[in-house]
Amino acid sequence: MSASAIVGGTARLDARFAACKAEGRSAFVSFIMAGDPDQQTSLDIALGLAQGGADVIELGMPFTDPMADGPAIQAAGLRALATGGSLKSTLEMVRKFRASDTDTPIILMGYYNPIHYYGVDSFLKDAKASGVDGLIIVDLPPEEDSELCLPALEAGLSFIRLATPTTDDKRLPAVLANTSGFVYYVSIAGITGAAAPKADAVEQAVARIKRHTDLPVVVGFGIRTPEQAEAIASCADGAVVGSALIAVLEKNLDDQDRAKPELVDEVLALGRDLAEGVHRARASVK
Amino acid sequence: MDKPNTYRAGPDENGHFGIYGGRFVAETLMPLILELEEAWEAAKVDPAFQEELDYFLEHYVGRPSPLYHAERLTEHLGGAKIYFKRDELNHTGAHKINNCMGQILLARRMKKTRIIAETGAGQHGVATATVAARFGLPCTVYMGAVDIERQQPNVFRMRLLGAEVIPVTSGSSTLKDAMNEALRDWVTNVEDTFYIIGTVAGPHPYPALVRDFQSVIGNEAKAQMQKAEGRLPDSLVACIGGGSNAMGLFHPFLDDEDVKIIGVEAGGHGVDTDKHAASLTGGQPGVLHGNRTYLLQDDDGQIIEAHSISAGLDYPGIGPEHSWLHDLGRVDYVSVTDTEALEAFQLCSRLEGIIPALEPAHALAHVMKIAPDLPGDHILLMNMCGRGDKDIFTVADALGVEI
Repeated sequence: MSASAIVGGTARLDARFAACKAEGRSAFVSFIMAGDPDQQTSLDIALGLAQGGADVIELGMPFTDPMADGPAIQAAGLRALATGGSLKSTLEMVRKFRASDTDTPIILMGYYNPIHYYGVDSFLKDAKASGVDGLIIVDLPPEEDSELCLPALEAGLSFIRLATPTTDDKRLPAVLANTSGFVYYVSIAGITGAAAPKADAVEQAVARIKRHTDLPVVVGFGIRTPEQAEAIASCADGAVVGSALIAVLEKNLDDQDRAKPELVDEVLALGRDLAEGVHRARASVK
Repeated sequence: MDKPNTYRAGPDENGHFGIYGGRFVAETLMPLILELEEAWEAAKVDPAFQEELDYFLEHYVGRPSPLYHAERLTEHLGGAKIYFKRDELNHTGAHKINNCMGQILLARRMKKTRIIAETGAGQHGVATATVAARFGLPCTVYMGAVDIERQQPNVFRMRLLGAEVIPVTSGSSTLKDAMNEALRDWVTNVEDTFYIIGTVAGPHPYPALVRDFQSVIGNEAKAQMQKAEGRLPDSLVACIGGGSNAMGLFHPFLDDEDVKIIGVEAGGHGVDTDKHAASLTGGQPGVLHGNRTYLLQDDDGQIIEAHSISAGLDYPGIGPEHSWLHDLGRVDYVSVTDTEALEAFQLCSRLEGIIPALEPAHALAHVMKIAPDLPGDHILLMNMCGRGDKDIFTVADALGVEI
């Protein structure tokens, strides 16, 4: 595919999945909201997650109206916005992350409007310069590829598409056409943080997607515990956990939504357990 | 911008009105809106569907709604000859049911067994709960907790009609958040659920579909005006939140270039303050709830909460076709404040014996501004899209009256 030939952001992501494959293991993809509950804490968590075994960091871009997210991630976004979070500060956080970690791929995940307002060209330029590797934009299906997906690929950033249980075989090729980096399989029809997916259904779905693509298939939505992460990781190239990490973060806030001293350690402890769970599983999917 | 040959051909096959509209939804919903589009395209050309819809519009909704010469108001303002299109006389008291009836017949055709909706003022929720009751389908209505507080009578109505009303406390707890929550329900219940969107917004095909169902207003008005005056009106005025009553009235007249068309947005405390709901006057193009359109947003692209005394206009976006007509200049979009709408509300009640909803009171407030300066042979048609029974508590409160 032409996109993977472009150097830049995509190289780091491709290298990381290649390394995981060489080691015969799945990737642990951790999601946190950029700037939640404040910029410094959020940066400390991101760096700590990478040190504790996260193979890819997904950073949420805060938005007032996250229509595909459950209560945990909605609240995380509003907390980030309340302490001055913005698309600009998210890119700034990536820059700071890159000052100490140049290997861990960073994917920005969120909704289109803040990027639309920022301006697609300036955003892609600034994201690339900050050290962003890829984008997941929930409300940009393939029907709207000309908006951001194609410009992103041209700018050398991966554009990672979501495939869902409602994406049938007829539609799958369109969904995969301009996808790069990996395919994010949304394991349930629903919102983030909802019920856990069934491993056998996920296994079948991953196999179905793999019949259409050579890209790694990473599974997310509804995975909360190291055991669930292990089960999912055993049938996919990676597992994403977000809401469960944010739930721990939420438990360690004071009554004014400020971080308590132990917050970072608590979140990172779960991050390490999840990484171990994922890494215990050997990917059985070829 | 180049003027199109017709203003009535949109949207294109991807749901675009110029740069507006589109299908900005999560992948989970894409197959569903494609399925809906296919079903609607088939229903549109099926005479049996139209016949069924006509039957229920006549015998259940009470259409056609009258065209009424507001003689006392005309006399009082001393200028243009004012007519009301009386959609407030529909069953459930507003234009909303025109669309709900159409959509529920479509849902039945698609063999969907569960109905969801979002609501602001509660009019769309009541209309949805009503048709769901009529056809025996379970119905869940999402409503912002703030709106539930200020629209108690409609909440009770929905519950009487057997609907489940779920308070939405996320975000700003108003209409936009109710719409987010309805979308979250829909992605979770993709198999059996039909989402009845209440306005000409959302992902394609909703803006076109809702417009088509509401166009019964303009089509009737056109014929009725021919009968009453032997000609078309000189101007049309309607209020706009998402813009469904306005689009329903305007669309059949868009290519009649001599007809001046005016949409009235909710100016809240004034469009120069941060408390209004005038997306066209005070917003910029952005992407929310499945479409590109004018939105109230800050300099980070975060959505700003709208404000209006009227819960039905209190939405930070507007239907994409209105955004397109705004850019083309075919429709003039203006705004009136809470205070002006309240004055119009009272004047209409006293002069015409019609208590308007606060939404059309906005349209009326603009009529009051322009009518006196227009000649006596200028025919002005305003959409009286809802009645004000639901608003008496809000109005009493604003006037400092305890009831």
